[in-house]
Amino acid sequence: MGLLLTTLFLPLIGAAGVMFIGKHHTKAIERFSLILSIATFIVSVILFLQFDSSNPGFQFVMDIPWIASIDAGFRIGADGMTMLLIVLTTFIMPIAILSSFDTIHKRQKEYYIMVLLLQFGMTGVFLALDTFLFYVFWELILIPMYFIIGIWGGKDKIYAALKFFLYTLVGSLLMLVAIVYLGLAYAAVHDGMFTMDLLKLREFAPTLDFETQRWLFLAFALSFCIKVPVFPLHTWLPDAHVQAPTPGSVILAGVLLKMGTYGLIRFNMEMFPQAMFHYADMLALLAVIGIIYGALVAMVQTDIKKLVAYSSVSHLGFVVLGIASMTVEGIQGAIIQMVNHGLSTGMLFLCVGMMYERRHTREISEYGGITKVMPKFAVLFTIAMLASVGLPGLNGFVGEYLTLFGSFQSKFLSTTWYSILSASGVIFAAVYLLWMFQRVMFGTNDNPHNQHLKDLSKREYAMLIPMVIFIVWIGVYPKTFMQFSENSTKALVGKLEILKFGTSAYQISK
Amino acid sequence: MHIDVILAAPIVFVSLMATASMVLDALKTKENGKTIFLFSIYVLMATFVLSALTFSPNSHFGLVALLSKLGLASAPETLPSGEMLTVFNGMVSVGGYGCFFDMIFTLGGIMTILAARPFLESEKLEHSEFYTLILFAVAGMMLISHATNMLTLFIGIEVMSVTFYILSGYTRTNEKSVESSLKYFLLGAFATGFLVYGIALIYGATGSMDYATIASATHGDIRFPTLLLIGIGLMIVGLSFKTALFPFHQWAPDVYSGAPTVVTAFMSTAGKAAALAAFMPIIQVSLPAAIAYDGSNKIQMMLAVISALTMLIGNISALVQKDVKRMLAFSSVAHAGYLLMGLVAANPEGRSGIMFYSASYLFMQIGSFIILSVLERSGQTNHSLESFNGLSKKYPILAALMSIFMFSLAGIPPFAGFFGKYYLFTAAIHANFTWLTIVAVVSSVISVYFYIGLIVNMYFKESQEQEHESQPGLAAISLVLSTAGIIILGLLPSAVLSIAQASFGNH
Repeated sequence: MGLLLTTLFLPLIGAAGVMFIGKHHTKAIERFSLILSIATFIVSVILFLQFDSSNPGFQFVMDIPWIASIDAGFRIGADGMTMLLIVLTTFIMPIAILSSFDTIHKRQKEYYIMVLLLQFGMTGVFLALDTFLFYVFWELILIPMYFIIGIWGGKDKIYAALKFFLYTLVGSLLMLVAIVYLGLAYAAVHDGMFTMDLLKLREFAPTLDFETQRWLFLAFALSFCIKVPVFPLHTWLPDAHVQAPTPGSVILAGVLLKMGTYGLIRFNMEMFPQAMFHYADMLALLAVIGIIYGALVAMVQTDIKKLVAYSSVSHLGFVVLGIASMTVEGIQGAIIQMVNHGLSTGMLFLCVGMMYERRHTREISEYGGITKVMPKFAVLFTIAMLASVGLPGLNGFVGEYLTLFGSFQSKFLSTTWYSILSASGVIFAAVYLLWMFQRVMFGTNDNPHNQHLKDLSKREYAMLIPMVIFIVWIGVYPKTFMQFSENSTKALVGKLEILKFGTSAYQISK
Repeated sequence: MHIDVILAAPIVFVSLMATASMVLDALKTKENGKTIFLFSIYVLMATFVLSALTFSPNSHFGLVALLSKLGLASAPETLPSGEMLTVFNGMVSVGGYGCFFDMIFTLGGIMTILAARPFLESEKLEHSEFYTLILFAVAGMMLISHATNMLTLFIGIEVMSVTFYILSGYTRTNEKSVESSLKYFLLGAFATGFLVYGIALIYGATGSMDYATIASATHGDIRFPTLLLIGIGLMIVGLSFKTALFPFHQWAPDVYSGAPTVVTAFMSTAGKAAALAAFMPIIQVSLPAAIAYDGSNKIQMMLAVISALTMLIGNISALVQKDVKRMLAFSSVAHAGYLLMGLVAANPEGRSGIMFYSASYLFMQIGSFIILSVLERSGQTNHSLESFNGLSKKYPILAALMSIFMFSLAGIPPFAGFFGKYYLFTAAIHANFTWLTIVAVVSSVISVYFYIGLIVNMYFKESQEQEHESQPGLAAISLVLSTAGIIILGLLPSAVLSIAQASFGNH
């Protein structure tokens, strides 16, 4: 229990600590933040090892009273899905911080405070077992991310930061209304006992009538779909990605977007199953559109970072498709795909950032034949690119295969066309990524600016190698990670199938 | 000592001391400003303590118990529990509700006076009357929040308004200030007419000016229901003016932007809280209990529409402002709309929501106006949005505090503004006014655009200027108080909320 609290609060303590370091000691600030984030990672790994994956319920649960009159408490806990996302967060953050050393050259003190606050908020979102606490963390993330894009971003940073802020806020305020409504609906049948306790609401919400579930589902789904982002709510993402500094993009792609898909499972699917059955097809359809649309738009980009940003829209489509399928394979695939996307897209953004630091441009046409001058970089970039394409043996394949498999055999979706069409997304991914890679890395190096680029530094190795390890690990032996969420997923699907069909292969044997 | 005087100690004390400050002013001839400044600070602090001590008149920790232990007073024999306790022949209520607002008013007064001193000194305008006027304004506001009779209410409103008319024209060589004072006075007098007319009609319909009697009359058979309804309507018009609600909000932006910034800080926060403190019992009295929770009630519906329009108009108008002071003035109109949601809901959550939000609003709005006034003294006399470019480089601390105030005003957790809004939303949804909550959500999103826009100017836009040392002087104390208030109310709202809820035992 102490470990869970440490994982959550260490970044906050770090942010407070940075405040006391003089702002001219940038080296000290950088090192302090890095050490702190690595320490958080170590703590979370120990926690990960202590987690009992055979138990489908929440573990390490704590419940401390906070605001008595609305029954909001400091309630946190983790199940398998949460655990994977927490470790993903604590793993990505040190790498993002390390990459900041090269990319952030002004106002370092404020920057590291914001990054650590961001980590605190993201961990909190995944851990919260109280709708009020969840909302507070959800909104808390807006402030640091807004500043990270707005202060340290590129040319159109103000536009991108504001767009990010407003889009997210529109969704989340409606979610707030839904949260309040849910609490009041609970109070109506429990002698006026208003509550924000997610564990109680999880039991209660599925018993609501369809109409109510439907409106609540839509309010929550809007907020989460903006965050994922699901087509057609995705337009903030390319702007935010392109304008954000490299570490900002890594965090955004690596962790922030997963809050949306996490919410879809944790809230929409678990709490409003009737509405979920009703809207599954719609969700799947939007996912398929996202997969194909994202891929097609990525194909015509001339800016590498924008290309990777649109590929995110496409890849997250698979996650949403897996969720909509409501099968064990689909959901498990979605969960592992969340982790995969964090790793492979995060790594792609890092590679793009490394090229940008050397050449200060992201235009594909400015590059060509980079392999000749940066052979070591080329190897690692290839791995990231192939992981993103979904080559068997690397992580991307596992997630995409499972989500497609799950949606193909789903009893909740009306047609198998979703999977058939989505499969084309895998081919498109190969097209746009390989084509980009070819134009950037191969060919003749005839641009005089590209003749003397330095190959990877030690620090850059330190960022990329850990990612490669996990990319290969998940690709070859995904069970290490997937077993964590297996039981909770089976329990969830069992519940859903019983609700819809009366029987289930995953009935919980007690 | 007479028990009535003890129970109503905060009002009695502050009114006497306000008068005394004038006498003191006449007696002393040198350094009057400083003397009266210190005097009024101490008076307000003492009033704050007195309000806290009389908060629950029945408790063992109250002022009465304290004095009776010293043998100075005997506790009243039978204090009716649960019912509203009144003194002075039922003209003034005691403890609870009133005292909660007293604390808001005195805190507002203290923060204003602290911030005003350096401003007045630098403008060479430090006349002791300024502090006396603030004391009188606080006295008037306290009378409003303690009123249980329309007469008391009226006197309170007049005392407060008259001091505001004078204060907004305080920098009398400044054309804008004089204009705002005159505008405020003319329109204010007009609104007072509505108020008096309303009171007269209600008296005609029910035969009383006492809240409790009116309430019992509205519950039973009313002899002249139309007369009563018109009376209530007129009162709502009068009070809407004082609260700056749509469509009676037009004066607010001009007056708020014309008046000296510290005065605006006080008027737009404590003044608004006072107007709502007056509004709440009136609505409670006029909404017959039987249909209090029914959304189809006419008065409730009318208020809901006013509330929705006020939020939207306030925020949309603020959106297009190029001047930060004017923007804050319009946003203050919008916040009155949010506060009104609590009245519309007409349930316990709504009432304690208003009280909580008034407290949070006090801190965030006063704080942001004080920052404007500190900037004024540092030579940044115009408040155009451009002049805030790169403020984070120039005055890093002021910019950071301003961002906190803006985030709180926008309703972003974990600051006080968020929880206040959240609680008001809950109240409205509970009262089946989900549509109003959605309007509030939409207008909140609109408001984010300009609050965050200011942060964009302060942090994301560069300016060539170097870092300066700001000279906030005593205003620093006010800024620390308001920032602490926002963070504490945001993270630990329970304490204040439970006080707010407890205060209904008496009202």
